Amino acid sequence: MAKLFAVVIVLIAIASAVPIVMHMWPMPQDISVHGHLIDEQFADTMLEAGISFLASQILLAYFIWRFSSPAPGDKIKSFPGGAMGLVLAAFLLVGTEVLALGFFGTKAWASVYFTPPAADAVTVQAQAGQFAFYFRYPGPDGTFGPIHPDQISEANANFFGIDTTHDQDSKDDIVTAELAIPVNKEIHLLMHAKDVGHSFYVPELRVQQDFVPGLDVSVHFTATKIGRYEIVCTQLCGLGHYNMKAYLEVKSQEDYDAWIKQQAALQ
Amino acid sequence: MHDMSAHAVGHGAPTSFIRKHVFSIDHKVIGKQYYALALVAAVVGMFLSWLMRIHLGWGSFAIPGLHLLSSSGAPGDVMTPEYYLQLMTMHGTIMVFFVLTTAPFAAFGNFFLPIQTGAEDMPFPHFNMMSFWVTFVAFMVMVAAFFVPDGPSLGGWTQYAPLSAIGAVGGPGQGWGVVFWAASIGIFCIGQLLGSLNFITTTLDMRCKGMSLMRLPISAWGWFITSVMGLTAFAVLMPACILLILDHVAGTSFFVPTGLVIGDHVLPHSGGSTLLWQHLFWFFGHPEVYIAIVPGMGIVSHVLITNMRRPMLSHRVLIYSMAALAVLSYMVYGHHMFVSGMNPVSSLAFSFPTLVITIPSTIIVLIWLGSLYGSKLRINSASLFSLGFVSMFISGGVSGFFLAQPSLDIMLHATYFVVGHFHLVMGVAAMFGIFAGTYFWFPKMTGRMMSETLGKAHFILSFIGAYCIFMPFHYLGIAGNVRRYQAFTDDYLIPLVPVHKFITIAALVTGFAQLIFIYNLIYSRFKGAHAPNDNPWQGTSLEWSTATPPPHNNFGATMPIVYHDPYQYSVEGAAADYIMQTSTEKVHSPDEEK
Repeated sequence: MAKLFAVVIVLIAIASAVPIVMHMWPMPQDISVHGHLIDEQFADTMLEAGISFLASQILLAYFIWRFSSPAPGDKIKSFPGGAMGLVLAAFLLVGTEVLALGFFGTKAWASVYFTPPAADAVTVQAQAGQFAFYFRYPGPDGTFGPIHPDQISEANANFFGIDTTHDQDSKDDIVTAELAIPVNKEIHLLMHAKDVGHSFYVPELRVQQDFVPGLDVSVHFTATKIGRYEIVCTQLCGLGHYNMKAYLEVKSQEDYDAWIKQQAALQ
Repeated sequence: MHDMSAHAVGHGAPTSFIRKHVFSIDHKVIGKQYYALALVAAVVGMFLSWLMRIHLGWGSFAIPGLHLLSSSGAPGDVMTPEYYLQLMTMHGTIMVFFVLTTAPFAAFGNFFLPIQTGAEDMPFPHFNMMSFWVTFVAFMVMVAAFFVPDGPSLGGWTQYAPLSAIGAVGGPGQGWGVVFWAASIGIFCIGQLLGSLNFITTTLDMRCKGMSLMRLPISAWGWFITSVMGLTAFAVLMPACILLILDHVAGTSFFVPTGLVIGDHVLPHSGGSTLLWQHLFWFFGHPEVYIAIVPGMGIVSHVLITNMRRPMLSHRVLIYSMAALAVLSYMVYGHHMFVSGMNPVSSLAFSFPTLVITIPSTIIVLIWLGSLYGSKLRINSASLFSLGFVSMFISGGVSGFFLAQPSLDIMLHATYFVVGHFHLVMGVAAMFGIFAGTYFWFPKMTGRMMSETLGKAHFILSFIGAYCIFMPFHYLGIAGNVRRYQAFTDDYLIPLVPVHKFITIAALVTGFAQLIFIYNLIYSRFKGAHAPNDNPWQGTSLEWSTATPPPHNNFGATMPIVYHDPYQYSVEGAAADYIMQTSTEKVHSPDEEK
């Protein structure tokens, strides 16, 4: 039984590593400027976690195989270096490595959260509500009109609660159900929740950020590849959570300009 | 240390059925009651996971009889999206609170902590009885949520506000379902606070003559450290639950900010904070992970030592590392909130202690591995589950390297990667700790042996099965598979559905393998071979010096006196390959603490 168990451990360890090594279910392609930092960090972490995983599982299996059928006269042997050696190994090998990973990983985090958006970034407002995302563009005046929660009306398609009659800034605002953005241009997304917690997750964009009711949150990013990508909600928001999604349309500057004109005409 | 002969705990043996088996103040009976409760809860929790898994693999499949559980939740026996979330919430809640907290900590701890410390009972036996019955009531309240209008809450075991705080407008189960949930968990906290108080005082005040703290077995240390965590963590969750209930029934707005709009109506709440709930919940929630796993670490270390016929390389290092996990667990909770909208600087501040926690975890694993080296390992059901625990803890631990880093959490947060991580490290590993403890202590608890053949079959199926279920979760997470979805309709998720089908089949097979355990447990309880003697595994700690099952006051007429460290195995020059803690045999042992 011991030897069978040891073999099972090794087989499971190898079988677990195969899909990772073979990229059977890889991360979605990266379409962002900052994404490569996350991906490199991920690869480094995978290397260290993979080595730790395989080495310790195989060692466990070997010790089970080797020490489970002692001969009658065998004596207990102590691991060379004893407990202190292992404590040192934990600090020096694993502790240092993992802390170094964390330290270098701050670069990827900083690129998303500690760098302010560029002055010429395109500002878009995103609103999450059960179970849809809506987006608002400020229009030619570059300013968003105020939100009046009491005027939010699904029935009248006034998703943001804007008052185009009284608020000058709201008159040219453009509200859409999809997020179209120009390629290679930084986007500053101002996020707020209408009702409960939601999240904005576009795996290809390497962006995930919660919408927090009562708080204004923002992220900024630059998409580098034209295409259509799914925006999904990752914060459990109710019965329709699984189906809460929108599309991110990354367009060429010309297509984007044409699209925004077309949307303005539809308001 | 304490002379207990004339103190309040010295209660006489009960004579009536009710005081003996129902409202008992005997810690051993209470331990068994906790175990039975955890077993029932585990069966319910596993059954719910089967329903969820079937739905995830084959969403339109009619599960015969499901409408009996809820006619509105499963019309025509097909689960609705909201009912999936309701079952998921109950699965998570029941498993975390009523299985992973009660079995390794409250069940085994109650039965064996007083015996391993050489006490005749816990110092507050009536509080102890209350602790179980309060927990029982909490479970009843939780299960009752299935029967309130709209059914149980759909908000997940974390019950994030404001979804959990705005009442029925938030969706099915978000009214009374949440109130029942919060009431149950609040009551549960009271039970655990009473239990923790008893565990701490038993360890510090009730030890028999000669039992210094360092002479306590590692399992006793596991329960002691856990009880300190329990006292501080549940004390935070309980008021959080009370505030949540007040948001429902008293018109308060602790967790609901101003200006939320549902169904085109502005909610009347104002001034609350949604992140407040997350901070309170995770200040409890992360220590809770260690409340679930540290008793298991203690149990499997104890079982392994007995079966390796040697002490661990260092008793002290193991204890200090477990204590370090407990202390750090309060400093790392914010890693659940990296993308929650809290200040991104906080994310880094929470990231580093999370990375540091890999050091004590690694030390513990290396001590286990290093101690296996050169041992005389016995293979039996208990040692197999202990070794399985080590394997699962490693697998679940390395994925923590990723989740400790905020930059990687951007990709992996709220995906199946997280689900795989915590199921391996806190779910499966803790369950394996429970199984190891059961196979190991069953003879002492009942006087009978469990079937080794069935135990080994149960082990190998569970070990392979658990990996087949939870390892693919990581691949799904890397591919961006979001958790808490009842169906995968997104374009990029559809290709992943076959993986979900594979996991479902693995979950059903592994689940059925647990029936072997339940059969073994029940059959052996009544028909199993009698334990050959009081110490069938040739152990050294105090539970093996007393009669089987232990008498009402644990040790009969004479209370034990301890002369040795807990694990004197394979000592050169000794009469046998083990020296019991109560043995007066004088030997020189290099491992003996000075």
